Amino acid sequence: MNKEIILSAKDIEIMFNLRGRQLKAIRKCSLDLYKGETLAIVGESGSGKSVFTKSFLGMLDANGKVIGGSIMYQGEDLAAYTKEKQWRTIRGKKIAMVMQDPMTSLNPLMPVGKQIQESISRNQGVSGREAKKMAIEMLRKVGIPDPENRYKQYPHEFSGGMRQRVVIAIAVACQPEILICDEPTTALDVTIQAQILKLIHDLQLEYNMTVVYITHDLGVVANVADRVAVMYAGQIVEYGMVEEIFYDAWHPYTWALMSSLPQYGTKGNPLPTIDGTPPNLFMEVKGDVFAPRNKKPLAIDFEEEPPYFEISPTHKAKTWYLDPRAPKIEQPEIFRKLREQRMRKES
Amino acid sequence: MAEKLIEIKDLQVSFGKGRKKFIAVDHVNIDIYKGETFSLVGESGSGKTTIGRAILRINPVTGGEIFYKGRKINGKISKELDMEIIKNCQMVFQDPMASLNERAKVDYIVSEGLINHKLYKDEADRKAKVDAAFRDVGLLPEFSTRFPHEFSGGQRQRIGIARALVMNPEFIVLDEPISALDVSIRAQVLNLLNDLKKERDLTYLFVAHDLSVVRFISDRVAVIHKGRIVELAETEELFTNPLHPYTKALLSAVPIPDPYLERRKELLVYDPSMHDYSKDGPVWEEIKPGHFIYGNQAELEKYRKELGM
Repeated sequence: MNKEIILSAKDIEIMFNLRGRQLKAIRKCSLDLYKGETLAIVGESGSGKSVFTKSFLGMLDANGKVIGGSIMYQGEDLAAYTKEKQWRTIRGKKIAMVMQDPMTSLNPLMPVGKQIQESISRNQGVSGREAKKMAIEMLRKVGIPDPENRYKQYPHEFSGGMRQRVVIAIAVACQPEILICDEPTTALDVTIQAQILKLIHDLQLEYNMTVVYITHDLGVVANVADRVAVMYAGQIVEYGMVEEIFYDAWHPYTWALMSSLPQYGTKGNPLPTIDGTPPNLFMEVKGDVFAPRNKKPLAIDFEEEPPYFEISPTHKAKTWYLDPRAPKIEQPEIFRKLREQRMRKES
Repeated sequence: MAEKLIEIKDLQVSFGKGRKKFIAVDHVNIDIYKGETFSLVGESGSGKTTIGRAILRINPVTGGEIFYKGRKINGKISKELDMEIIKNCQMVFQDPMASLNERAKVDYIVSEGLINHKLYKDEADRKAKVDAAFRDVGLLPEFSTRFPHEFSGGQRQRIGIARALVMNPEFIVLDEPISALDVSIRAQVLNLLNDLKKERDLTYLFVAHDLSVVRFISDRVAVIHKGRIVELAETEELFTNPLHPYTKALLSAVPIPDPYLERRKELLVYDPSMHDYSKDGPVWEEIKPGHFIYGNQAELEKYRKELGM
């Protein structure tokens, strides 16, 4: 694996001002992105996975602010950027984003071709006929048949899957180094989803992009990711290579997520659930963030925040379970089963 | 075999007239037995929700018949029967953000069915029924004075379920009840639905596009494509011996949360033009007891070979 770091976020803290109350959405998140890799960030809604990645492009809502940490990219600290002018050199050109719902991320009053052309001429400085030619070429690349005629059509004339292809075309048109896909397939059917995932993968290879997926579908993660980061309540609680997370996870939240999947349930038996709700981020959290929902918390979980413990050079988890002083805790059954299943298939 | 609760015969539903006519559901034949969970699976626009809505008399039927406990319930029916259907057949909608009246307190939302049809003796009786429905779905009755926006997604879907339960139904159409919910709360709602079914002897029609959930919850599954049911079988049979190319394509597209298997699976693509129905017309055939499939004679022959028959 290529170990060249392309972007490095360190101890990022993001605060939102909600009617005078301060909400700390991201609480010291650190993440290194390696060139050419595919990283998946998983977590439930409200865990901060979108907010965290939006801070790489300066796309936080007006009431949100990065209050601590640094985002190093090409020798510059993006967290220190304050002006739109600065962001414009990054956003779209170097780091681009594909949003969840293609219905809302396209302009309904502008032909799709023009929307791609707009992104090309703004970011690459080509104009007129040349940009149009590139836009049509881009439409062809993302698998839209008859691009010359489709160029003139409006978003409502496209199906959901085709619309998402257009959004991807806009994002990739400027050949960004990093492509962030925020739930790119949740609004789509499974058969279309498979096609879109393949398209993103093909484009990634062609343009040598680094791709960050934000998703809550562990099936999608298993398909696309080289590495996985699990987020909970504004923190990355575990990260590792995709095999390490699926076959040998150690954080109780990752365990709970995996065990609650209907795919691993037995019919007639209740599925294991994650009871309770995520912590209130208006307040300071004491101890381990996941402790109140953990079925087997340790006493120290309520007292002190756990550090990251290393499981392998690429795999770390933020839980006291891994402390040498902790009582021995068994991994859930499911991981053993998955490992065995894999061994059987391999032989 | 158990009693047939719902029988659908040759159902057709179309929208629009003349040149704009669009046939959403065509020649659908299904029996739903009492106490089972029957799933309808297909992509968006395949007509799966329309079938559910046709049973509940929300969408008028253009052809065919629907029977409830042996009595015809489509078209013109008596007022008494209509009332009975409203009471006994309920629906839970996909998006709990959109399906609850934002300006009403949840107490009113849950009791609206009771109020509209005068199904309570006095105020105390209504309150008791609403509280019971709240408790059944795992919410505190004290919450009833709140508004929908004060609840989380999972709780809101519980309110949607309580609204159906308060009528004390026998049959519930669940229209993608968990696809709008977060992963961490899907399991809770699935467990709740399973528990309620056991306790109250309910029958479910589960409409979904997510096959992984379908496998977990349903007894029998029908796969629908462009308004036609192409395959119907018991859940495990369908997942182990899928025959129709569309079923196979659908199954292959479902992401498996296991990187080893997921990256080695073969993605199948369904092309409807592969069927040549110009000479040899297709039929709806029971190829194996309980396993139905749509195809012409040549295809049926091929499917039989696949099953080793």
